Amino acid sequence: MATLDTAPATPSSALRDVLSQVDPKRRRKDRVMQVLVYGAFVLAMIPLVSLVWSVISKGIGRFDLYFLTHSMRNVYGGMDAGGVYHALLGTILITLLTAVISVPIGIVTAVYLVEYGKGSLARAVTFFVDVMTGIPSIVAGLFAFSLFYLVVGPQSKSGLVGAVALSVLMIPVVIRSTEEMLRLVPNELREASYALGVSKWLTIIRVVLRTAVAGITTGVMIAVSRVIGETAPLLITVGATDSINDDVFHGNMMTLPVYVYRQYAAGLVPCAPGDDACIPTINYDRAWSAALVLILVVMLLNLVARGVSRWFAPKTRA
Amino acid sequence: MAQRIDVKDLNIYYGDFLAVAGVEMSVEPRSVTAFIGPSGCGKSTFLRTLNRMHEVIPGAHVEGTVAMDGVDLYGAGIDPVAVRRQVGMVFQRPNPFPTMSIAENVLAGIKLNNKRISKSDADETVERALTSANLWNEVKDRLNRPGSGLSGGQQQRLCIARAIAVKPQVLLMDEPCSALDPISTLAIEDLVSELKADYTIVIVTHNMQQAARVSDRTAFFNLKATGQPGRLVEIDDTPTIFSSPREQATEDYISGRFG
Repeated sequence: MATLDTAPATPSSALRDVLSQVDPKRRRKDRVMQVLVYGAFVLAMIPLVSLVWSVISKGIGRFDLYFLTHSMRNVYGGMDAGGVYHALLGTILITLLTAVISVPIGIVTAVYLVEYGKGSLARAVTFFVDVMTGIPSIVAGLFAFSLFYLVVGPQSKSGLVGAVALSVLMIPVVIRSTEEMLRLVPNELREASYALGVSKWLTIIRVVLRTAVAGITTGVMIAVSRVIGETAPLLITVGATDSINDDVFHGNMMTLPVYVYRQYAAGLVPCAPGDDACIPTINYDRAWSAALVLILVVMLLNLVARGVSRWFAPKTRA
Repeated sequence: MAQRIDVKDLNIYYGDFLAVAGVEMSVEPRSVTAFIGPSGCGKSTFLRTLNRMHEVIPGAHVEGTVAMDGVDLYGAGIDPVAVRRQVGMVFQRPNPFPTMSIAENVLAGIKLNNKRISKSDADETVERALTSANLWNEVKDRLNRPGSGLSGGQQQRLCIARAIAVKPQVLLMDEPCSALDPISTLAIEDLVSELKADYTIVIVTHNMQQAARVSDRTAFFNLKATGQPGRLVEIDDTPTIFSSPREQATEDYISGRFG
């Protein structure tokens, strides 16, 4: 071809210079930003790693099957006994009840805000959800306690009251995250469904919620993680106990955060001299092990949620 | 299965804004009617009034009548959901349901309505719809794979299969090829020519060659200026529109002098 003749035989050295020239200012900026980004990451990891390390190293000592399957009934002083079973049970039951209350309310409210809500009512709901997000947990506890005190009377402490207090904290988080997920569902899918002669509520249930379910699950898990470690509201509304109570509607229950708090507050045991069976630090040891249990529970829940959202996520591979 | 549509004095609004004014036309059964015109002239808006999808947008409403075989679709007691079962629609961008397999996508119109269907009926419907959409041979071995894993052209044919699986009277297509390459476009155009034996088809297109290739009748929409309502300039047999249109504006548009 004729055009080949015009191609230069030797590479242009001027062009090479231009292309290999590096702007020193830009390179310096790049370095600085890189150091900042990595530095921030390391800085953020320090407290996390240190927290996990201290909980594991101090909690692993008493963490065994006995600890997980025994309560604190008839355990006193520096006895080498006692476990976390009643608190684990309480935390699971109360959190479950909280989720049962909050998830339907939260999802239905989010559906209202995204699919139906227009005008002043929707704006008011959004505003109050924002306000609720900022409610201090102790206020939520006092609210639930006084509500049940007025209705039931002085003997009102129960798991249910705690679940109501936690729901006040959990509902706004569920609404917010579900709302975000529903807004991510492309409008084209809604229109595709309408065009097939599917009614609005079936479209919402079978298309919109179905498409968003993976994200909603993740949001619910974040909300659960937010409330599962709450201590103050549960101390007010559920109280504490050393025995197993599996009835969420009557009587005090123990929960993991409250257990940790109570054990730690009990402090060192004044052992009698020569009493070898007495362990002075037993309360601290139990507190750390219970903290480890709490972290494991949250981690386990997260793993389950990941599995669920992977199972439900829209698949693209053909 | 195919029915005619008669539109009289139709004004289409978005809130207070009059988007399309005074449309009057008939769509013949078992034929392809193409809508052409510059962007923003109201072709798609008008198309969406034919299956009452227009009113899905908040504030959108219409005046006038759209009669299918003499029944006013906007008359009292008419359920828009029931109308959409009779008048199917294919959108500009392929929109298969991402959570569903190919077979489930085809059956979506039945399954989403919580209707029960026997396994054999379901299999038959899937095969019939996918065969009509010229997709059966390409996907018959992977009916349980996700629909969103197909190519764009295949996805669009899947959406057509989904629309015809519910056996509508009329099929509306809103620029069905604008996101597709020429080969997929050809596949869809062949499909349209086959489908008109059974369905009344209305297709919006920006591609005038496409309108000339696939349609029996062509309607030209135009608007005087932005902010003004779009209007139907003329509708006639496709060869007439492209060879000797009555209006100067139509000739200017199809000969590329504006738009």
